[in-house]
Amino acid sequence: MNNEIIPKQPTYYEEVERKGYSRRDFVKFVSLMTAFIGLEQSAIGQVAKALETKPRMPVIWLHFQECTCCSESFIRSSHPIVADILLDKISLDYTETLMAASGAQAEAALQNTMTKYKGQYILCVEGSVPLGADGVYCMIGGKTSLQILHEVAEGAAAIIAWGSCASNGCVQSAKPNPTRATPIHKIITNKPIIKVPGCPPIGEVMAGVIVHYLTFGVIPELDRIGRPKAFYNKRVHDTCYRRPFYDAGLFVESFDDENAKKGYCLYKMGCKGPTTYNACGVTKWNGGTSFPIQAGHPCIGCSEENFWDNGRLYERGSSFAGFGIEADADTLGKVALGVTLGAVAVHAVATNFGKSKTLHEHQAEGNESEHELES
Amino acid sequence: MSKRIVVDPITRIEGHLRIEADIENGKIKDAYSSGTMVRLLEEILQGRDPRDAWAFVGRVCGVCTSIHSLTSVRCVEDALDITIPPNAELVRNIMFCTQYMHDHVVHFYHLHAMDWVDVVNALKADPKKTSELAQSISHWPKSSPGYFSDIQTRIKKFVASGQLGIFSNGYWGHKAYKLPAEVNLIGLAHYLEALEWQKEIVKVHAIFGGKNPHPNYLVGGMACAINLDDVSMINAERLAYVGQLLQDGKDFVEQVYIPDLMAIASFYKDWGAIGGGLGNYLVYGDLPTNGYRDTSAYKFPGGAILNKDVSRIYDVDLRKDDEVQEFITHSWYEYAGGDDEGLHPWKGESKVKYSGPKPPFDHLDTDKKYSYLKTPRWKGHAMEVGPLARVLVGYGRGRPEFKEVVDKALKDLNVPITALFSTLGRTAARGLESSLTAQWGLDFYNQLLANIKAGDTRMAEMGKFDPATWPKSAFGVGHTEAPRGALAHWINIQDQKIANYQLVVPTTWNASPRDSKGGMSAYEAALIDTPVADETQPLEILRTIHSFDPCMACSVHLYDEDGKTINRVSVLGD
Repeated sequence: MNNEIIPKQPTYYEEVERKGYSRRDFVKFVSLMTAFIGLEQSAIGQVAKALETKPRMPVIWLHFQECTCCSESFIRSSHPIVADILLDKISLDYTETLMAASGAQAEAALQNTMTKYKGQYILCVEGSVPLGADGVYCMIGGKTSLQILHEVAEGAAAIIAWGSCASNGCVQSAKPNPTRATPIHKIITNKPIIKVPGCPPIGEVMAGVIVHYLTFGVIPELDRIGRPKAFYNKRVHDTCYRRPFYDAGLFVESFDDENAKKGYCLYKMGCKGPTTYNACGVTKWNGGTSFPIQAGHPCIGCSEENFWDNGRLYERGSSFAGFGIEADADTLGKVALGVTLGAVAVHAVATNFGKSKTLHEHQAEGNESEHELES
Repeated sequence: MSKRIVVDPITRIEGHLRIEADIENGKIKDAYSSGTMVRLLEEILQGRDPRDAWAFVGRVCGVCTSIHSLTSVRCVEDALDITIPPNAELVRNIMFCTQYMHDHVVHFYHLHAMDWVDVVNALKADPKKTSELAQSISHWPKSSPGYFSDIQTRIKKFVASGQLGIFSNGYWGHKAYKLPAEVNLIGLAHYLEALEWQKEIVKVHAIFGGKNPHPNYLVGGMACAINLDDVSMINAERLAYVGQLLQDGKDFVEQVYIPDLMAIASFYKDWGAIGGGLGNYLVYGDLPTNGYRDTSAYKFPGGAILNKDVSRIYDVDLRKDDEVQEFITHSWYEYAGGDDEGLHPWKGESKVKYSGPKPPFDHLDTDKKYSYLKTPRWKGHAMEVGPLARVLVGYGRGRPEFKEVVDKALKDLNVPITALFSTLGRTAARGLESSLTAQWGLDFYNQLLANIKAGDTRMAEMGKFDPATWPKSAFGVGHTEAPRGALAHWINIQDQKIANYQLVVPTTWNASPRDSKGGMSAYEAALIDTPVADETQPLEILRTIHSFDPCMACSVHLYDEDGKTINRVSVLGD
């Protein structure tokens, strides 16, 4: 399903031409259209050019059980900025957050795109779908989200599952998952699905997924669980600027303590960076301004499956249930964490600690911490 | 003979809202507001670590992001009697003011403006005249004829493509649009500018909370340690960045948002007499300057107003069980003691039970239960919460800052104070408090700098972070003023775990169904008598509903499916 080519859409002019109309008919239409939308005749050239240009990719964005943090994050993108995406790159024909039309007019816009661009539009889903009580926990226009998802997915070329809700169920699916909140890939199984997890995903990552398709004409290469490798192939831990402190065994012991003020590793404060695949350490957040660890808080692992039930926020990795047991190959993060922790005792001593003067200075302190970790 | 119309989905809001309205002689005679999505987060919180609750409830809403997390850490700190350091209070206040600027600007331009601004009509504007008009109302530098001409050309090309995207099927050309083409073009230009601006102001959240949406909070303070001598801590560079962002935010609010608001409002003064609704207003208050418990030192004073009587402000006590109560007569829930009683959140019990029509359906049975929202009441009264409530309570309490901005706006628009009790008043109040918070954000920032200069770099009080230090049983109330109105969380901690967590949320106050006596809540009341020129085009309904800035995910998130009776709370004097 990777690199699947999504059918190209003809331009308006190409479509008219194919239907047997002449260039002259087209120009006549343009002139009428120009008058119709209230423009001066001098704008005819502009209108003609627009109609000869490739249509923007039609996108339908559905909202189910969600908090709209994904839409909010999307509009935070700094490259490209969202105005350019909306005006130049895609045609966002349905989104309950931003579209002008409501009610019947919104429904008509949805139906229009589903019909006109059948098999060609991208379906973006924000939110999970509740399967409990026959789906009545989420209804829009008198239909359940389950009914709507099936209808709209039918004619989609590909589906983007925005955020942790659509990718893995997120907070409403945390135990005991009272509404049976369900991610998209467990409902729609016959379409390419790009999972972009995170609560929310980073804005530039969301824009990046769309831009990748528009620029290269293929959906980005996905990993084995459906995430774009470009943004999810490295652990936060491996790209964290505080990693050298981890390697040297230098840890924050309590928030706002001396070690916190030195920017040491937050592993002991419950940081889930070692088990979390995301771009936070590299792309960072809000136009590269910062990311959670830089602002002193441990990573809560918000892009990982079931992260709400993978240990408490301030509980460090070694005390996770099942820690260190490589029993479940599917829980890649846990396995990875096991490897990390197993290595930590020898890591600082064997390698790296001579890396810099700073680390040298803190060597003794680091060794002391390691003993504590080992014990 | 009235005709029932349905607007579902209401777009340009957070979440899933359905309005059914009966129209007679071109006006709304009756209206019903229904929340149609539920996630039952309250049940998910049971048994979890109270220190983690802020992250869970933060996900109640990503539009009013940060505000539920703030409420939650306050709630736990209240229960465990933790006093946070002054710097943490200032950082939280700065983030709060940032959130107001962001949320209100985005609401005005991206969620509300298209109810007043005709995007297609903007294409007819004369860029030169637009420029003259823009320069006459503001010093904002981006106002040359070339600037407006470029934007107009870009949108012309966009419209000509035939793919209208988010503008598809809008109500363009509707006769209720009254702005001159030039004002429409200003609105459209600033729609695009605000879209770019909003991603900047939230960087304040990224600096202190690591990211936005959903920045990180911490029970006991904030996690962003201060160290002026470390590259990765809150140092001079980070602080200067915050200062710059706050100043830029204030400039945008004062030079773009407020002038546009006043210009647009001046063409819609008739909406100063439409959409008033209840006339009862409720505020919990926020922005502490001397700790959370000293409510008298809040920048936003709390209080309640009944029957539009601004001269009398009532005190509100969230801990008293006969003040805030929730009803479920028309909500898809069951109460053990009968569905007509009202329960204080501490004693709340809930069992979700959908009894509406089987989907797909055309109409709800509005005589029976018709929403996933419960119906909160204050001493039995339906109350409106939000910017208008805050501005009126501040005004009624005689706070000079509130009087100044309110009196100036009324004078500039040449309308009486009664015009505030309206759709227009709600929209205007949101702008007025944005200008207040823009200034307060900078004030808090300067205090933070002064504290650090004086040698105080504390950011978190960790003495009671370890659950081993906690009492066996603890109860707390956290309250705030979310951008959309009064918000409170109630927690019951037993044996270091959450035994019960309850939230009563702004949009639940405003958008809820009728109470046990058939009394309407704010949305329904405000829609009564709203004119509807074309039954097939719900533009006027959107104006009034959007003036509240609905946030539906907030309003329906909780509730316990199994209908467990939530533990009675004994610390409340009963």
